[in-house]
Amino acid sequence: MGRYLLGRLAQSVLTLLLVSVVVFAGVRAMPGDPALLLAGDDPDPATVAGIRERLGLDQPLPVQYLLWLARMARLDFGESVRTGLPVADTIWTRIPVTLELAALSLLVAALIGIATGVVAAVRQGRPADWAANSAALLGMSIPNFWMGLMGVLLFAVVLGWLPASGFVPLTESPAGNLASMVMPATVLGTGLAAVIMRQTRSSMIEVLGADYVRTARAKGMPPHRVVLVHALRNSLITVLTILGLQLGGLISGAVVTEQIFVLPGFGRLMVESVFTRDFPVIQAAVMVTAAGYILVNLAVDLLYSVVDPRIRVRSAPSGRGAERGAR
Amino acid sequence: MSVDATGAPVAGGPLPAVRGRAVRRLLRDPAGLAGLVLVAGFTAAALLAPVLAPQDPAAVDFEQVMGRPAPSAPLGTDELGRDQLSRVLYGLRSSLTVAALAVLLAVVVAVPLGLLAGYYRRWVDPVVSRLTDVLLAFPFLVLAVGLAAILGPSLLNAAIAVGVAQIPTVIRVMRAETLRLSAESFVDGAIAAGAGDAAVLARHVLPNAANALLVQVTVGIPAAVIGEAMLSFLGLGVQPPTPSLGVMLSSAQPFFAQAPWLVVFPGLVIVAVTLAFNLLGDALRDALDPKGVRR
Repeated sequence: MGRYLLGRLAQSVLTLLLVSVVVFAGVRAMPGDPALLLAGDDPDPATVAGIRERLGLDQPLPVQYLLWLARMARLDFGESVRTGLPVADTIWTRIPVTLELAALSLLVAALIGIATGVVAAVRQGRPADWAANSAALLGMSIPNFWMGLMGVLLFAVVLGWLPASGFVPLTESPAGNLASMVMPATVLGTGLAAVIMRQTRSSMIEVLGADYVRTARAKGMPPHRVVLVHALRNSLITVLTILGLQLGGLISGAVVTEQIFVLPGFGRLMVESVFTRDFPVIQAAVMVTAAGYILVNLAVDLLYSVVDPRIRVRSAPSGRGAERGAR
Repeated sequence: MSVDATGAPVAGGPLPAVRGRAVRRLLRDPAGLAGLVLVAGFTAAALLAPVLAPQDPAAVDFEQVMGRPAPSAPLGTDELGRDQLSRVLYGLRSSLTVAALAVLLAVVVAVPLGLLAGYYRRWVDPVVSRLTDVLLAFPFLVLAVGLAAILGPSLLNAAIAVGVAQIPTVIRVMRAETLRLSAESFVDGAIAAGAGDAAVLARHVLPNAANALLVQVTVGIPAAVIGEAMLSFLGLGVQPPTPSLGVMLSSAQPFFAQAPWLVVFPGLVIVAVTLAFNLLGDALRDALDPKGVRR
C-alpha cells in the first residue's frame, strides 16, 4: 500500500508539473505583451519596465518559468486586468458556487443512476430494464444545456414553479438557495445519471451471476438483502470510477449550466474572462481546474484502492493505477 | 481471432465471414438498423443542405421576424426573419463538419500513440501515459477557453478543442487493443516469419483493432456534436452569422420565451443526431462483440 501510494503521488506531481509547463507555454503564446496589458491604458514606460521587472519578464525563459511556478504555488495569480482585484480572491468567491452545483449534481446522478441501474439489472430483459436502458440512452443524447433551456421554459416560464435564473447564497436563505439550485443540479446530473445507470447495471448483472451470490441465495438470504448488500458496495465502486473518468465532463457541463442559469460560479468567470481578454484570470482558472482535476483523481484512485483491494495488488508491479478506463 | 486453420497469420483483419456476421447481426437489431438509417439520413441532409434548403439561410426578412411555424416556414423564422428550416440544415452541416474534423484529429494523433504505447511497454508507454494524464487534466471546455484566448474563437478551434479532448480515450482504447493483440499467437507467428515491428503493427495489430476503433469513432461523433453545440452556445466555437446548431440556440436564447420554437427545433435536431449515433454505436459494439452478449 505504501509503495502504491507513493508511486501514485509522484505520478500526480509529475503530471501537475507537465500541466504547468503547458499552461506557461500557453500564457506566453497569448497575443500581446503581459506587462503592457497589466499596465492598463496609456502606460508610461517606467511603469511598464517596473511591471516587467516585478514579473521577471526580463529574465531568460527557464528562469521566468520557475518564477512563474513559484508564484502559482503560492497561489499568487496576480491582478485581474479588468477589475484590478487580486485574481485569487475572485476565484475563491466563485469556487463554492461551482462546488455546490457539482456536489448536488453528483448526488442527483448517483441517486437516479444507482436506483435505475439496480432495478434494470434485477429485471434484466423485462420491460423495466428496457425502459431504464432507453431512458439512459436518451439521457446521454440530450445536451445538458438544452435540457436546461427546456427546463426554464417549462418550470419557470410556463408553470412558474422555480426561478428561471439567479443565485441565492446558502447563508442568505437555505430554501432560496435550494430553489435556485434544483434545476441546474438536475440538468447537470442527468447525463451523468445515464452513465452511472449503465455501469451499475452491467456490474450488477456480473455480481448477480457470481458464485458468492448463488451461495448467499442457497443459504437462504432474502433476495432483497442479496441485492442490497452486494449492490451497495459495487455501486459505490462504480460511482467512484465514473467520478474519476467523468470529472472533466462534469466541469465542462458546470461551465455551460452556470451560463444558462446565471450562477456566479467559476465556469462563468472563465467564460467572461475570455471575452474581456482577462489573461491573468484565464491562466489562474485553467491552472486551478487542472490542479483540481489531478487532485480529485488522485483521491479517487486512493479511495478506490481502499474500497477495492484488487487494484493495489494488480497495479503494484508497474506502479500504475490509471487502468480503469482501458478495457 | 484472425488466424486460419493452420495458425498462419491472416493479413487484413478478421476473416470476411466474421465481419459479414457482424453486419447481419447489426441489421437484425432494430435499434441498430434505426441508428444506421438515421445516421445515413442526417449525413445526407447535411451534405445536401444547399439542395434541400427551401431558402437562403442568410436571407434576412424583417417582415417575418420570429414567425411561428407555418406552411411557408415549417420551423418558423428567427429574430432576423431567416427561415429556420434552412438554417437547421446548414447548421447541421457545420455541426457535423466540426464533429468529423474533431474525431479525425483524435484518430490521427491517438491511433499511432496508442499502438506504440501498447507495443513498446518499456519506453513509449510511460511517456504516452503521462501525455494522456496531462491532456485529461484539461477538461474540454477549459481547453477551449484557453484556445479561444490564444487563437480566438472559430469553427476550426472548436474542432481542435473537441478533438484534443477525445485523444486520451482513443489512445486508451488502441493501447488496450494492442496489448491484447500482441499476446496473440498470430503476432508471434508474424515475428517468427521475420516481420519487422512496423509490419506487425500495420498489418496484424491495426487491422484487428479496427473494430474497437470503429465503435470508438461512432460514439465519438455524438460527443463531438454536443461539444460543438456547447462551445458555440457559449460563443467560443462557430461564429455567427455561420449557422451551427449551437450558434442557433445561443442567438435564440434571449427570445426564447417569445419564440420557443427557435430553441426547441435546433435542440431536437441535436438530440436526434446524438441519439442516432449512440444507437448505432451501441448496436455496433454488440454486433462486433465475439461473445455476442450484451454488456
